[in-house]
Amino acid sequence: MTTLELKALYKNYGPVRALNGVDLVVQPGSRTAIVGPSGSGKTSLLRIIAGFEVPDSGRVVLGGALLADGPEAVPAHRRGIGYVPQDGALFPHLSVSDNVGFGLARNDPQRSQRIAELMDMVSLDAAMLQRRPHELSGGQQQRVALARALALRPRLMLLDEPFSALDTGLRAATRKAVAQLLQSAGITTILVTHDQAEALSFADQVAVMRKGRLAQVGTPSDLYLRPVDPATADFLGEAVVLPATLTDDGADCALGCVATYEAHRRGPARIMLRPEQLRLTIMPAGTAQTALTHGGYGTVLEVDFCGPVSELNVRLLGATDVPPLLVRSSAVEMPAVGDTVQISVLGAAHVFAADTVHS
Amino acid sequence: MTAAALRLPVPTVGRAPRRPWAWSWVAVAAVLVALVALLPLGFILWVGVQSGWDTVAALVFRPRVGELLVNTALLVVLTVPICVLLAVALAWLTERSDLPGARWWAWLAAAPLAVPAFVHSYAWISVVPQLHGLSGGVLVSVLAYFPFLYLPIAAALRRLDPAMEDSAASLGLGPWQVFMRVVLPQLRLAIWGGGLLVGLHLLAEYGLFVMIRFDTFTTAIVDQFQSTYNGPAANMLAGVLVLSCFLLLGAEAGTRGDERYARVGSGSARQAPRSRLGRYALWCLALPVLTALLSLGVPLFTLGRWLVAGGAAVWQVPEMAPALLQTLGLALAGAVITTVVAVPMAWLSIRAPSRMQRALEGCHYLAGALPGIVVALALVTITVRVALPLYQTVFTVLLAYALMFLPRAVVSLRAGIAQAPVELEQAARSLGSTPAQALWRVTLRIAAPAAASGAAMVFLGITNELTATLLLAPNGTQTLATAFWAHSSEIDYAGAAPFAVTMVLLSLPLTWLLYLESRRIAGR
Repeated sequence: MTTLELKALYKNYGPVRALNGVDLVVQPGSRTAIVGPSGSGKTSLLRIIAGFEVPDSGRVVLGGALLADGPEAVPAHRRGIGYVPQDGALFPHLSVSDNVGFGLARNDPQRSQRIAELMDMVSLDAAMLQRRPHELSGGQQQRVALARALALRPRLMLLDEPFSALDTGLRAATRKAVAQLLQSAGITTILVTHDQAEALSFADQVAVMRKGRLAQVGTPSDLYLRPVDPATADFLGEAVVLPATLTDDGADCALGCVATYEAHRRGPARIMLRPEQLRLTIMPAGTAQTALTHGGYGTVLEVDFCGPVSELNVRLLGATDVPPLLVRSSAVEMPAVGDTVQISVLGAAHVFAADTVHS
Repeated sequence: MTAAALRLPVPTVGRAPRRPWAWSWVAVAAVLVALVALLPLGFILWVGVQSGWDTVAALVFRPRVGELLVNTALLVVLTVPICVLLAVALAWLTERSDLPGARWWAWLAAAPLAVPAFVHSYAWISVVPQLHGLSGGVLVSVLAYFPFLYLPIAAALRRLDPAMEDSAASLGLGPWQVFMRVVLPQLRLAIWGGGLLVGLHLLAEYGLFVMIRFDTFTTAIVDQFQSTYNGPAANMLAGVLVLSCFLLLGAEAGTRGDERYARVGSGSARQAPRSRLGRYALWCLALPVLTALLSLGVPLFTLGRWLVAGGAAVWQVPEMAPALLQTLGLALAGAVITTVVAVPMAWLSIRAPSRMQRALEGCHYLAGALPGIVVALALVTITVRVALPLYQTVFTVLLAYALMFLPRAVVSLRAGIAQAPVELEQAARSLGSTPAQALWRVTLRIAAPAAASGAAMVFLGITNELTATLLLAPNGTQTLATAFWAHSSEIDYAGAAPFAVTMVLLSLPLTWLLYLESRRIAGR
């Protein structure tokens, strides 16, 4: 089967270390997203997998075959790996039909049938076949690039930020269509992106890359709810990080006693909640302030109305050392600035490992 | 997956990175071509060493050489900037303004290429017999050579992404600033490449300056050779000429830069809108009209006059038919060979710029900058001494053509390959094309217009080539150019006219093709 294994990959560009020991296993037929800020080395990693560049050391193994072992590498054209670059990179001198059929033998009797099939796969009208790339919209160009890469039935598909040039609505729809298409074709896929929402929604497995290393690899929900350190937590979305004391009942913090995923540790720790885990209940006006000092109550400082889900800043009462909390709330029964609210926690809090407490 | 790769030891961290193109087949091919192109220079050096320092010093350090040096330098320094100004102005008017009849003027700006340089000066001295010296040389050179700059500049203008100009305008730049800061820098590769080409032509041209009675190194070398057969003297002059060529190459390479000129972004560019000339249209029209009158009107008028004066008697079919066929055959074969051998260098020059690549590219231009007579002399001597069976064969004459016209092919191909982003080659390789196939199926297809214009320029060059053909062609071979030269040397201007007209007619369709290709945009 076509499992992709990356073992201890290192790559330098002069004094710049692009990859600093990358290990990753991608299961057959799965979708993996490599996400990281720009300059984190994710594009270098993709280009090494594709074979456009060679690692200084380390191995790339696909389906048991060694593709790269340090600088000794199988060239890109013998890897059978599909590649969709950022802007599609359609051949401007060829029609859509010739672009899609570029990898197919020109005297193949099945050629035009296969091209029609591929156009159908990416939901493009066959009437477009005679057009030139510049006559297509951005989304259509991406689909043609995908069809072109699918033509050779690749064992592995590499997508290099293929959705970033599309506008928001089109991006989500295209991403979903591509994910479904690749899943039904059973093609192992790697997506490189700097957009965490895209990575989380697209992939079965997400790898967060930072400074040439994979900071964490796991399922999207695992990474989102149980990030390995505060930096990863912040990269994947807004996070509420609070100091707490772990007891037998849970984590004792400014929000009161909160359930955690951690069963064994006791003592001081840092916990993390996502803003949407916090729910606000408006307290009736005139409730005695003194009754609210013990955990879980606050005053709304700021409301940022964003449509379906709005963001609120809430200052905890009786906990002056904690910065205001970010809370997501639906537009229905939304508190106003100055309201006193009760804050309850949905689900459990994530406890960071001990060595990241002070990071 | 090869078994050999599987048996490799586990690599250690920190292995030295492999240089990307160090021993690729492209680099090997470029090195081989460069070595062959070094033959004429090697020959001159060898003659220099054989003659000894005293002879060299006596031949080089004398007033006559200084005089020639000043002449040649003035010629280049005056002609190239005038050509650049004229070409940029014409290209902008024909491509980016609403000049009336822009398409016609564009064609007329390319058409002077169909007239060989020595026919230009033959026409001018027929009309203005007292024309001579530096001013005459500069005038006729500009008229004969400005299309070498016009064509690449016009092509680059057509391919510019108008979004860049829009962005500049939105950043507060006026139209003139946009032109100077955005458009002109993008034309740099075309201007530098074309300017180098014109400069090299000025160093190598013989016929034009003999007719206009202006002494350059090249005319002096031929004089020296014809009058005394004093080999070392001619070769020492050629040595100084080679140094001038080095100077030109160094200036070009040092200022060209290695910026990316391929368009970054998705899809293809929109077509740029044309500027409105409004009430200046008539004034602007004067430039293409005057240029066409001087560069085309004068030669056509002269040829017409000689043909009328000569009547039917000057059309000698038994002499003309073989000359035509031989010219066609040699030019076609030479164009194909030269373009093919230029590919590796042009590719390296864009994809792997480095000091090594610049040195190699310099070698490619070297033989092209040497006057035809020096290349020819080198090949005569080498074939006679080392490979006698090749002496005065088609092989040797084609080799000389390839060496002489290599710069035309490399410069055109280089500009074409710069238009094909490296991402397209990578996309092709991920689709199973080998690097060579990716080069052939993607980059060269996109560069095809430029390659074709390069090949056509080589064809034109060979059609009009004189000195090397005289020396190297097999016995009994008479091309149109050598026949024209034979007649006009005997002041038989009427007898020379039919050959000149045939050369022009032969060159016209190719010039037309050249013009069309330069207008065609990849994917449009």
